[in-house]
Amino acid sequence: MNKLQHLLWRFGFGPRTKSWQNWTALPPESWWPKLRDESLPAPQHFDVVDGAVKGLLMGAGELGKMERRELDKEQKRQIRKQSREDLQNLNLLWLEEMTHSKAQLREKIALFWHGHFASRNINILYQQQLLTIVREHALGNFADLLRGVSKSAAMISFLNNQQNKKQHPNENFAREVMELFTLGRGNYTENDVKEAARAFTGWSHRLDGEFVFRQRDHDTGSKTVLGKTGNFNGDEMLEILLEKRETARFIARKLYRFLVNEMNVPEDRIVWLGDRFFASGYKIMRLLEDIARSDWFYAPENVGSKIKSPIELWIGIRRSIPMELADPESQLVLQKALGQILFYPPNVAGWPGGRNWIDSSSLMLRLRIPQLIYNNQALDVSGKTDDDQQMGEAAKGQMRRLSAVIDWQPALDLFAKIPDQELIEKIAEFLWAVPTKNLSIAVLEKNTNRSSRSAHIQTTIVQLMATPEYQVC
Amino acid sequence: MLIKRRDFLKTGSLATASLLLPKFLYSLQAPGTLPVNGRNLVIIQFSGGNDGLNTIIPMRNDVYYRERPRLGIKRETALALTDDAGLHPSLVGLKSLWDGGHMAVLHSVGYPNPDRSHFRSMDIWHSASPADEYWQTGWLGRYLDAQCAGRPTAGLEFDDTLSLVMKGVNAKGLALQDAKRLYESTRSPFFAEYSAAKGPVFNDDAPVDYLYKTMAETLSSANYLFEQSRQKPTAAIYPATGLGKDLKTIASLILADTDTSVYYVSLGSFDTHINQEPQQKRLFQELNDALSVFATDLKANGKWNDVLVATFSEFGRRVAQNASGGTDHGTANNMMFFGGSLQQKGLLNPLPDLMDLDQGDLKFQVDFRQVYATLLENWLGAAAEKVLGANFKPMGFV
Repeated sequence: MNKLQHLLWRFGFGPRTKSWQNWTALPPESWWPKLRDESLPAPQHFDVVDGAVKGLLMGAGELGKMERRELDKEQKRQIRKQSREDLQNLNLLWLEEMTHSKAQLREKIALFWHGHFASRNINILYQQQLLTIVREHALGNFADLLRGVSKSAAMISFLNNQQNKKQHPNENFAREVMELFTLGRGNYTENDVKEAARAFTGWSHRLDGEFVFRQRDHDTGSKTVLGKTGNFNGDEMLEILLEKRETARFIARKLYRFLVNEMNVPEDRIVWLGDRFFASGYKIMRLLEDIARSDWFYAPENVGSKIKSPIELWIGIRRSIPMELADPESQLVLQKALGQILFYPPNVAGWPGGRNWIDSSSLMLRLRIPQLIYNNQALDVSGKTDDDQQMGEAAKGQMRRLSAVIDWQPALDLFAKIPDQELIEKIAEFLWAVPTKNLSIAVLEKNTNRSSRSAHIQTTIVQLMATPEYQVC
Repeated sequence: MLIKRRDFLKTGSLATASLLLPKFLYSLQAPGTLPVNGRNLVIIQFSGGNDGLNTIIPMRNDVYYRERPRLGIKRETALALTDDAGLHPSLVGLKSLWDGGHMAVLHSVGYPNPDRSHFRSMDIWHSASPADEYWQTGWLGRYLDAQCAGRPTAGLEFDDTLSLVMKGVNAKGLALQDAKRLYESTRSPFFAEYSAAKGPVFNDDAPVDYLYKTMAETLSSANYLFEQSRQKPTAAIYPATGLGKDLKTIASLILADTDTSVYYVSLGSFDTHINQEPQQKRLFQELNDALSVFATDLKANGKWNDVLVATFSEFGRRVAQNASGGTDHGTANNMMFFGGSLQQKGLLNPLPDLMDLDQGDLKFQVDFRQVYATLLENWLGAAAEKVLGANFKPMGFV
């Protein structure tokens, strides 16, 4: 059954206790189609933006005016303050979706794109628009996704393309699009970046986040980029990047690291995946399917080779032991303390991942989470302050409690027929994505509560989650 | 946020650490542990962008008073360090250190193409990268890599999460609020027994083994630090503030000859856009009271000569005050150094030139990485070029 855990952890946020038996009843060849089909419906979009912020950004005036409308200092302050709150709501809403949605594949791959197209932008409206694009195209066509993201206000403003004008080109946007979104380093020259930046001149956005092309600022001259010459504009520039096979391989490599193995990436496999992705016209689902249906995906060296990101770990826990959180905002403190806050990637390159997630304090907190919930203990960490957001106003965040009512019934049902002496092993096989052959049975037995069958199952689950094994998938 | 180009980043967010390293970092991975040299570096981070011009006041500069009619600190109230420079009036205890020859100030420290985002600029100070590159390790973390392999308590940060500055490729610093809390949070018998059952980890290539190794190290470090903190607890009375508490723990660990080389603490927020005067005053009061006791304590115990305290902030603030009784994000800033073994004391270079500004901001004169090189080479005895990835000439004050 190890294979099923591997698939569900990598292409989703781990198995849900309640529906586990629906999965195990299926033959292995039906796992992927089920996973895929459950994510086919279009996603429900989130809308958490406060009415007042919308009012300020959308404006009541006629369209022509809106383009040029400036906000005064007080309005900017108001938007910043409200954005901070609304961004937290968007964060929490997405966590709920990751936890409960049947569309596990979509939300998981959307999280991948959220890191790939990383944008630190405190404007809630722009962030929400970007997330909509990412979730909508997560499993669709990469070309559409790239076009959507590149024209989003969140990305244009984060990468300073509003300052990219014919008279004063700003190369930031062009550089990141080539280096981080499409080709990857080594596949273009400095001159290509300069020329591409000229093609993107004039790409801007309105206050309400709508893309706008400012003809005045656009450099209409001839550009030579990646061996092609013409009066390219931004749209044509993106097409040139998509015409390069390297783009498909770059995306394939990055997805391989995310889904299969962070450290060990065989180049021939990337070429095979990338070229098929390219030939398909950038169909993301085809690429995912190539990975999920391969034998090597399940090879022992790939199982347990990935350290779960804080979001993967936390959502996985919530799926294993469904719970009603008394204070959902405690999840924001948790993200901060563990080093991954949705919508706040460290920089445009996204979260570095792997061993970067781990240091003494983050590991100990990760190990303690199940016990903190089970014992209703205070979350005795607060994380660092963020002066970009807080502007010196607030000191350290207040102490939160990871208080929750856990619904143990699904777990009690799932393990109802397992004899006491096999309980640890069977629960470990369910919770862990790694093989359970070196299980420290004696230590686990000693540290579980055997006063009742229910307590026995509960404490076994809690302890098995409080292990290094549970941190990997 | 302004993002600029970078050169070394080869792949995106999911690459492994080693793939994302600038070339020079590969050489750090060879074990080369040196014996502890008995010296301690204490870094105090002023988070939020401290206003350096109201820390070391150019009290004979007309431009300063013209640009800061409300916020400028009057010559009569400043604590005179030299004819031209005065110290913020709250820093009386630091003035005594100055008088005793235990303080040095370096002006106009910064880097080219300064970034005004707190987050990004702090990242640059932490990683010691050029402003147009993104590095995923910190300069002290790389020092731990190069010099402190097998010594998991070589770098301590007093906070509940670890900053980038303390993260190396292999070695990482340890974050703690205080030794007792760390000990208690790791004390669950389950963790100790579970970790022991696994036995020692010799090869940490597999992620799960790396986690076991980190877990075992953390448990033993927590024990060690708790024991050390109780061995020779300082008898001095420290103020009951965050910094006071941290420096008290540090003093106790130093008195017990703990194998830690770098202690890292933060104070803030110095992000004084609005009503700066009381906020900076309160923070400086906290700094002054805690650091004065710390220095006196270590002197009395014969340890002050083994300690170097350095302060920094992610940026300074603009020369002109704003309309809200505060100052906005600026660029270059001063750094202060304290200790019994300073080779040069006092003002190490001229006060910033307020006639020669870059759009209202100070121009940097000293690259912050040159300061790091000085601390690494001359104090910690480390090969700075290996840690910083470029050759910066150490200065003579340490």
